[in-house]
Amino acid sequence: MYSIGQAFKNICRNIRLSLASVATVSACIFLFCIFFCVIANLRAMITNIETRVGITVFFDENLSDEEIMSIGERISAQPEVKETQFISADEAWSDFKKEYFEGKEELAEGFADDNPLKGSSSYAIWLKDAARQDSFVKYLENAEGVRQVNYTSQAGSLLTGINNALLIVSAILIGILLAVSIFLIRNTVMISAEFRKNETAIMRLIGATNSMIRAPFIIEGVTIGLIGTLIPLVGMYFLYGYVMRYMNEHYTMLSDIFSLMPHSSVFPVMTVVALILGVGIGFFTSLFALNRHLKV
Amino acid sequence: MIEFFDVSKTYSTGTRALQHVDLTIDDGEFVFIMGRSGGGKSTMLQLLLKEIEPSEGEIVVNDYTLRNMPRRFIPRYRRQLGMVFQDFRLLNDRSVFENVAFAQRVINKSAREIKESVPEALRMVGLSSKYKSLPGQLSGGERQRVAIARAIINKPSILLCDEPTGNLDEKTAREIMQLLDDINRQGTTVVVITHSAELVRDMDKRVITIDKGVIVSDV
Ligand SMILES: Nc1ncnc2c1ncn2[C@@H]1O[C@H](COP(=O)(O)OP(=O)(O)OP(=O)(O)O)[C@@H](O)[C@H]1O
Ligand SMILES: [Mg+2]
Repeated sequence: MYSIGQAFKNICRNIRLSLASVATVSACIFLFCIFFCVIANLRAMITNIETRVGITVFFDENLSDEEIMSIGERISAQPEVKETQFISADEAWSDFKKEYFEGKEELAEGFADDNPLKGSSSYAIWLKDAARQDSFVKYLENAEGVRQVNYTSQAGSLLTGINNALLIVSAILIGILLAVSIFLIRNTVMISAEFRKNETAIMRLIGATNSMIRAPFIIEGVTIGLIGTLIPLVGMYFLYGYVMRYMNEHYTMLSDIFSLMPHSSVFPVMTVVALILGVGIGFFTSLFALNRHLKV
Repeated sequence: MIEFFDVSKTYSTGTRALQHVDLTIDDGEFVFIMGRSGGGKSTMLQLLLKEIEPSEGEIVVNDYTLRNMPRRFIPRYRRQLGMVFQDFRLLNDRSVFENVAFAQRVINKSAREIKESVPEALRMVGLSSKYKSLPGQLSGGERQRVAIARAIINKPSILLCDEPTGNLDEKTAREIMQLLDDINRQGTTVVVITHSAELVRDMDKRVITIDKGVIVSDV
């Protein structure tokens, strides 16, 4: 109790430096949160794309379904393949009808039984590892009987590339801000310790324990870290909601793939990591700042 | 009980502050330590507080052998000692009450205990009415009384005073010595370093004289 009171006295006494420390921690945590949200969502999109879009292989039109299926067997046997699905021309046509003539079935009637997609039996293929897609596509294109290979090569790997670049950039930026935060908290705590030199000297003589002597300064550091974490977390909560609504309104047609995950799947982990980061900085920085200066 | 067994202290600068000191101070004694400046008096107190370590010899206080004491026992050990200095060492931004209460707060005494024992300590040193004042509003003698109240509030068995009257006029110094004598009468061992031969003569107590690190008389 006494230590907490003293800690707040410390913070108020050099309020400007304390605020500067809070601000840098905030900036650091805020950046962390932004990158965390972006990366988490990118990841989700990548998996989303990877699972929903596989490779589609079309075959020479003169091949019968049986021949196609035997080629399909061979493709399925490749070690890269996770799953394949045969889609006959009839299936493709009925899927198509369902999707594009929904509610206007009479339009489709014009085609009668004359399947306009005749000869477009295909195989949908999902790979175990999206990164191997390019080489596998090459293999398919050269395979016998294959007319066309459809795939969304770039989307996935592009996103993965962006994701990795973001990871590196964020790590560097957060690292720099972390260093500045540590420097500032260290200074704040050390100035407080200097200010209270007289007091801590008396405390030692009276028989205060090391932890009692250090507690005000450590609480000071932790408080700075905690406030510096809570501010950006709360801010981020609202910002995230705002961006989510904005994207839903303006990019409706992409909303399938490019919608943000709900708060509940991003914030719990992010909050915990941010708190550990922020409070950890505060705690360890003040602990090590004092190690040299205050001893029984 | 304070015991020095063949204690020497040589600072890293090469200064031999104490040389082969043997000394016993019994429980309940009142002892003056006198001697020329640089004789090693303050060094003795610092050794007792375990702020510094002897280069040689053994110090035993209340059955605590200081040399072997683990660091984490030091705070507990120091609570058996009260310290008073020439320059008072008060917290100037806090009231008299808070300065005395400080000694209890830092060892985690409860607010209730503090409320009871601070007024008692202030009464003991005769400062009950000034508990709200800041140190800056007090005379030197009064400030030293606050420091003494802070030193005795945790009921130490030994009170160590390093020139407690060095900054005070003669009349005030006498009053402070009287107070220390009162405290000693209630059972606390009191060790006072002083330069004032006159005061020592009037008090008629045991006097240890130390010069160049050696005890030259003990009467
Ligand atoms: N930390 C230190 N490092 C080196 N030398 C020291 C240190 N402290 C004291 N000394 C030296 O040790 C000797 C004894 O010092 P001490 O402070 O014990 O003397 P004293 O008897 O208390 O003197 P005074 O009456 O002036 O207070 C002196 O020569 C002093 O210069
Ligand atoms: Mg001295």
